[in-house]
Amino acid sequence: MHHVVLEQWARRTGPVHALDPRVKLGVTLLFLAAIATTPRVSVAQFAAYAGLLAGVVLAAGLPLGGVALRACIVLPLAGAFAAVSWLAGEPHRGLTILLKSYLSVFAALVLVGTTPVARLFGGLRRLGVPASLVLILQFLYRYLFVISEQVQHMRLAAQSRGALNRAPRRYRLLAPAGAIAVLFARSYQRAEAVYRAMLARGFTGQIEAAAPLRLGAGDLLAGGAAAGMVLAVRFGF
Amino acid sequence: MSGEPLIEVVDLRFRYEDGTAALNGVNFRLFNSETVALFGPNGSGKTTFALHLNGLLRGEGEVRICGLRLDKKNLATIRRKVGLLFQDPDEQLFMPSVLEDVAFGPLSAGVNPEEAFRRAREALAQVGMAHACERAPYHLSAGEKRRVALAGVLIMEPEVLVLDEPTTYLDPPAHRDLVALLERLPQAKVIATHDADLARAVANRAVFFERGRIVAEGPVEELIERFGWEACVAPRRRKDTGPAR
Repeated sequence: MHHVVLEQWARRTGPVHALDPRVKLGVTLLFLAAIATTPRVSVAQFAAYAGLLAGVVLAAGLPLGGVALRACIVLPLAGAFAAVSWLAGEPHRGLTILLKSYLSVFAALVLVGTTPVARLFGGLRRLGVPASLVLILQFLYRYLFVISEQVQHMRLAAQSRGALNRAPRRYRLLAPAGAIAVLFARSYQRAEAVYRAMLARGFTGQIEAAAPLRLGAGDLLAGGAAAGMVLAVRFGF
Repeated sequence: MSGEPLIEVVDLRFRYEDGTAALNGVNFRLFNSETVALFGPNGSGKTTFALHLNGLLRGEGEVRICGLRLDKKNLATIRRKVGLLFQDPDEQLFMPSVLEDVAFGPLSAGVNPEEAFRRAREALAQVGMAHACERAPYHLSAGEKRRVALAGVLIMEPEVLVLDEPTTYLDPPAHRDLVALLERLPQAKVIATHDADLARAVANRAVFFERGRIVAEGPVEELIERFGWEACVAPRRRKDTGPAR
């Protein structure tokens, strides 16, 4: 599964992994902004952006092919928009959408592949993102695993009982429809239980959930250099 | 048994919003360094009762914890004094890393992060999970999750532990480890459980819930015998074979 692989990558050690998450978040945001505001990505510029990302991936010791392949997840979605632009007689615009989406997802993957999620949330918190928002993100991430596991179990259970494969066509949607309803009800119930568990441990609505971070000179230097390169590619081509 | 009871519950009644009467007049006392097993069929009110002991549910009747009446004013203090371990550790471990999860209680109480994380490491060491600080809770085994959840409770230095089915999902080695760990913990304990072996190992006495009432109390073995509260009745353990090693 995607998230498990990403977490294994994030747990590795190396110069990029060791950087302060705030620096990585800042540079990633800058990179995304640079891409989003580039009017028309030329081949050379695309290569330069991709080269920057590839450099970070290699410096972090992550498999370049693996990251590149996972970034393809955005292609079906971006591809649809690109196709519309293409059909509307703007092939270059379609290509730009495709390339920009791909590079953006690639950059996000590099960020989560080099930063353990706990540190990432800590960084967001320290950057001034409201605590309640970070808490919601944390819960989303935390319970994604629980819910996806539940989905797997329910799918297996349905399959083991035939999954309505031979039922009349209009009944076949019963299993997934029922599963969605049950998942929703269970998630609602679980949310209440989790809240109870939080109350039992003294939750008052406020929590400083960030592990202490230290921003060193090295972090700033690396962040500055990376930001400089992004800006050079953005405005230099 | 002497002195003030740590927990005193008088005629506790509780109805869920849908009208189900879950507790119909429960009377209960827990004294210092005692461990009491709560037996009873599913839906007999054990968990509902456990949730009352640190104020997560509020029914009619009197609940006193360490001499404090359970009301809004005392709620924060009572939640510190009573540590609650939930049946499903996935509900209790909600932070992204083990260390942060264990530190949740102190952080919520306003302890500064350095101190909170130092205490979290200590609590994790106490349950034998010091190596897992940076791990994500969802990658742990059931037994490990249970231990981490327990560390999250112990870090608040509670005077009473309330455990809801602590051995659910555990394989036999994890079960044994947990029993050994519970035996070592000095706190008074209330354990809602179906697990006769656990009760035998750690409880001094037991009470039996039925339809929201305590219908019997006494020595653990006596209640197991009287209510047939053994998952597997025959054959009893054969001493002659011994473990195959």
